[in-house]
Amino acid sequence: MNKVDLVIIGGGPAGMGAAVAAYDAGVRDILVLERDHRLGGILEQCIHNGFGLHRFKEELTGPEYAWRFEKELHARGIAYRLNTMVLDITPDKVVTAMNSEEGVFQIQAGAVILAMGCRERPRGALNTAGTRPAGIYTAGTAQRYINIMGYMPGKKVVILGSGDIGLIMARRMTWEGAKVQMVLELMPYSGGLTRNIVQCLQDNNIPLLLSHTIVDIHGKDRVEGVTIAEVDERRQPKMETAQYVECDTILLSVGLLPENELSKKASVPLDPMTSGALVDQRRMTEVPGIFACGNVLHVHDLVDYVSEEAEIAGRGAAAYLGISGENYGAEDQAHITVKPAKGVRYTLPQRISAVEDTTVFFRVTDVHKAVKVVVKADGEVIQSRRRPRVAPGEMETVNLNAKTLADCTGKTLTIEIEEV
Amino acid sequence: MQQEIICTNCPMGCHVIVTLEGDQIVSITGNTCPRGEAYARAEVTDPKRTITTTVGIIGGGVLPVKSDRAVSKRRISEFMEKIHQVYAVRPVHIGDKLIEDLDGDGANLVATQNAE
Repeated sequence: MNKVDLVIIGGGPAGMGAAVAAYDAGVRDILVLERDHRLGGILEQCIHNGFGLHRFKEELTGPEYAWRFEKELHARGIAYRLNTMVLDITPDKVVTAMNSEEGVFQIQAGAVILAMGCRERPRGALNTAGTRPAGIYTAGTAQRYINIMGYMPGKKVVILGSGDIGLIMARRMTWEGAKVQMVLELMPYSGGLTRNIVQCLQDNNIPLLLSHTIVDIHGKDRVEGVTIAEVDERRQPKMETAQYVECDTILLSVGLLPENELSKKASVPLDPMTSGALVDQRRMTEVPGIFACGNVLHVHDLVDYVSEEAEIAGRGAAAYLGISGENYGAEDQAHITVKPAKGVRYTLPQRISAVEDTTVFFRVTDVHKAVKVVVKADGEVIQSRRRPRVAPGEMETVNLNAKTLADCTGKTLTIEIEEV
Repeated sequence: MQQEIICTNCPMGCHVIVTLEGDQIVSITGNTCPRGEAYARAEVTDPKRTITTTVGIIGGGVLPVKSDRAVSKRRISEFMEKIHQVYAVRPVHIGDKLIEDLDGDGANLVATQNAE
């Protein structure tokens, strides 16, 4: 069986970022496996701008952002295989993959980085009533049709869910001549970025109806319309508010789910809150030598943060392989558990297994103005910071230095939101 | 007349109120930093946006493109019509110009992906 020091599953922003960072930390024997016919992942269909503001201090489109990383791979001569689908990973890090040239093949990896990204929540997961006519797409599928294949999926559109891809597609379809009737959001707030609500909806006079949903889909062969209704505070439709809206296309932008089928095969334990792996501060899962980063680990708002996380995982894998000179032995691991508390949905990493400066990422459950982010160790406040505004759609962070963490060994850290 | 602008510079999303007398801005309030004022001023006078779209490639496929700087938001449909008449020829590389001076103000339409 072929042996490779580091196998990276996925050649999107996470996989490419991890590959470059691992190389720069000294790993030379790297192989990136990508199922599409080119590197870049989902960025290739995200042709709008706004990527890279944090990292490159300029607004790039998705393909341009991906190209910056692809060039880095080429410059280092990092190996990758395209059109290659990974079928299985064992806890011992045997990777089984296939492509049309080599057939099925196996690689014994020294370390594995999972970077498979995420998938859109499909219609089947929503339980919308009505018939099953043509014309219902996830927003990302419509994006692929228009931006990569060059087809317009419809002329009169209703979008369910105000996630960023839905908002981006509202503008995209409008600019291409479609009439976007409205965007419906079940929650009383949008999960999308403010700039997208302004530049995609307000710019094009597309109404955003908060606390609304689709209660029925009409049409036999093709969508002819939907019945929409307002929902109450328990998110149940108020049928007296029901009204008919004509459309031939419905786009769903109702959330993303990390794609962890391979992680499960490798017996990687998952966090039910993130739907991604449980990891330590270097993004190593609970299976030694298997790391995870990017949207397969938890869904990110900005690709800039994906790249940052990928670099942590890449360096972590180098340390695990004993290449970068950093110690990653089990004997000196300081086990600190990190848990979400009041007002916090999840934290990442979920455990800290060596005392070093660590940034903990977390997401809040609700929109708040003027709050304190409080970190406690076994119930005792160790850090507190004011934030002018927090929202579920925007990732928050707390920085914990090695000195603070040294006093927390063996304890449970909690992060919570306090109103001030 | 008053116009409410939601600032998009940062996640705060300040609701900035611009008060106008005719074409003249008489006051800008509601912003918490100077960037909010500058943004609201531009939004009221001549809002600008970067266009991102695709053009066909001769022989098949589509190529993502963008305006290499922001163009007048009010004229976007006019620019889209112009862009729809253009086709790219392989090979084309990131940054290659497809339309020079798209808006009469120096913005070019450029490729944002490579097609060999």
